[in-house]
Amino acid sequence: MNIVVCVKVVPKVDQVKFDPATKTVDRTSAENELNEADKNALETALQLKEKHGGKVAVVSMGPPFFEPFLKICVAMGADDAVLLSDKAFAGADTYATSYVLAQAVKKLKPDLVLCGESTSDSGTAQVPAQMAEWLGYPNISYASNVSVDNGFVVARRTVKGGYEVVKAPLPAVVSVELGSNTPRFPDFRRKRWAEREFKTTVWTSADLELDLSLAGRAGSKTDVVELQSIAPPQRLRKFLEGSEDEIAQTILEIIKEAVTE
Amino acid sequence: MGEIWTFVEIGPEGVEDVSLEIMGRAAALAAESGRKTAAVVTGWKVDEIVQETAKYPVDKVFHVDHSTLVTYDPSKHAKALHQLVEKEKPEMIFFGATYTGADIASRLAVRTGAGLIAHVTYLGIDPVDGRLVGHVPGFGGSIVAVCKCRPNTLQIATVRPGVFEKPKTTNKTAEVVKFTPSLDPAEPGWIILDRKVAKTVDVTRAEKVVVAGMGTGGDLTLVKKLADRLGAQLAVTRPLADIGVAPRDVQVGSTGISLRSKAALVLGVSGASHFVSGIQDVKTVISVNTDRNAPIFQFSDYCVQADLFKIVPKLIEHAEKGGG
Repeated sequence: MNIVVCVKVVPKVDQVKFDPATKTVDRTSAENELNEADKNALETALQLKEKHGGKVAVVSMGPPFFEPFLKICVAMGADDAVLLSDKAFAGADTYATSYVLAQAVKKLKPDLVLCGESTSDSGTAQVPAQMAEWLGYPNISYASNVSVDNGFVVARRTVKGGYEVVKAPLPAVVSVELGSNTPRFPDFRRKRWAEREFKTTVWTSADLELDLSLAGRAGSKTDVVELQSIAPPQRLRKFLEGSEDEIAQTILEIIKEAVTE
Repeated sequence: MGEIWTFVEIGPEGVEDVSLEIMGRAAALAAESGRKTAAVVTGWKVDEIVQETAKYPVDKVFHVDHSTLVTYDPSKHAKALHQLVEKEKPEMIFFGATYTGADIASRLAVRTGAGLIAHVTYLGIDPVDGRLVGHVPGFGGSIVAVCKCRPNTLQIATVRPGVFEKPKTTNKTAEVVKFTPSLDPAEPGWIILDRKVAKTVDVTRAEKVVVAGMGTGGDLTLVKKLADRLGAQLAVTRPLADIGVAPRDVQVGSTGISLRSKAALVLGVSGASHFVSGIQDVKTVISVNTDRNAPIFQFSDYCVQADLFKIVPKLIEHAEKGGG
């Protein structure tokens, strides 16, 4: 049972600054972290490996600064880490991103591909399903309770108002729901080993079978034509003072008035 | 100019509201730009859904019927839609940004080489170049990316539920066009082993909402009682949905729903940027937090610095006396 886990490094959302004058996002001032849901995907993979054996490889497409974060995945228990890094991959939308990731998956030939449900920076949740389409695999999104049995994956998929338990043939792409498990902490000794001795595999466009017209900005099908900051609505910001009884009565009056207006 | 299509998603109670909301928007865009609209229903034995859809403002309903479309296996539905797209060559297709809609839209975009704009909160057509414009909230909802698809591609967008008004039915019935895709029933795909779906309340349209945050400690008993007394719906912040005390359907913020209520009583919420984008359309916001410097007070009309465990019982008591 070999598993590929796709991960992404994202800026901490609350630290990203937007410059309304230049209409650009400054990510440099923000600290980076592994996308939260991707850790749930990795934890799922490690639990499946403990049960069924095999290897877990993490794969990420991004610039060289992603590498230390891939080593955190290795410290958590991943056997290998592959960074897909090339200027030709830059500026990709989800179409071009999912294409390059899919080509890397084709080279690794896993039984199962796991992703986080979405990323905290753009949050489109499109890449897992798009990758599955490039690969011709079935996909299950927003999954928890992922198990593997006799050539099939079974997962509980969140739907509006509840869930479905879906069975699909392997190989498949499954995106794991945020918070669906508790990701383990990196093992201290393994962490030291990962930082000092482990070698991350770096693949450029030359290492993959690629039609470069489908990768990066050139291969993208969408463009961001402008960024706008959203001005929050003006609020009264009035503090209510008084006894708890008085405040409670005032709140009820305010609600009543808001509804009848 | 080509047609604007809406993918019709089928829920436990018929056509999902989000599909109708999008159909309404598609009809308005078509009217102002001289285009035609169509709605696409994919499934197996879905005649009733097709009939229901045809009552809404749309020029045509495609009825895509096949036994392999009995589940929402995104791979099968994308294949069926791809065949219809090849035949009819629409210009734009809108999907609900739902668990099901987003998956099918993603796969269809790759199959057709289409541009896909995700989770839009606004849809328009650029009057100059005639191309689709979608607004995508990012970075916790504080920034909006104005997105367009590249020229000469099919333009697809997924639309957040609750953004557009649900249209009324018309007194005409739209033309129904049946399409039978060529799909192999023997090809492996999804098998549904179990399903549990409860009826959901559309919190985005509720008049009064009580929103619970981590300040409640995760026990919603008291807050639920208050919501009940006030005749309000209950919603939560993402951390509470993460720990599973409430479903994602009632999670407020940029990764969840946007409230449009007249009044929201926000209890024990700190006010992170990804949360406050979900209350910006609420008319009156009242917040209770123990920390006078909590960011939530910047986004509130009425601020109460107090322990919610003291205020909520008083609210219940006074509401029961008829004060609410």
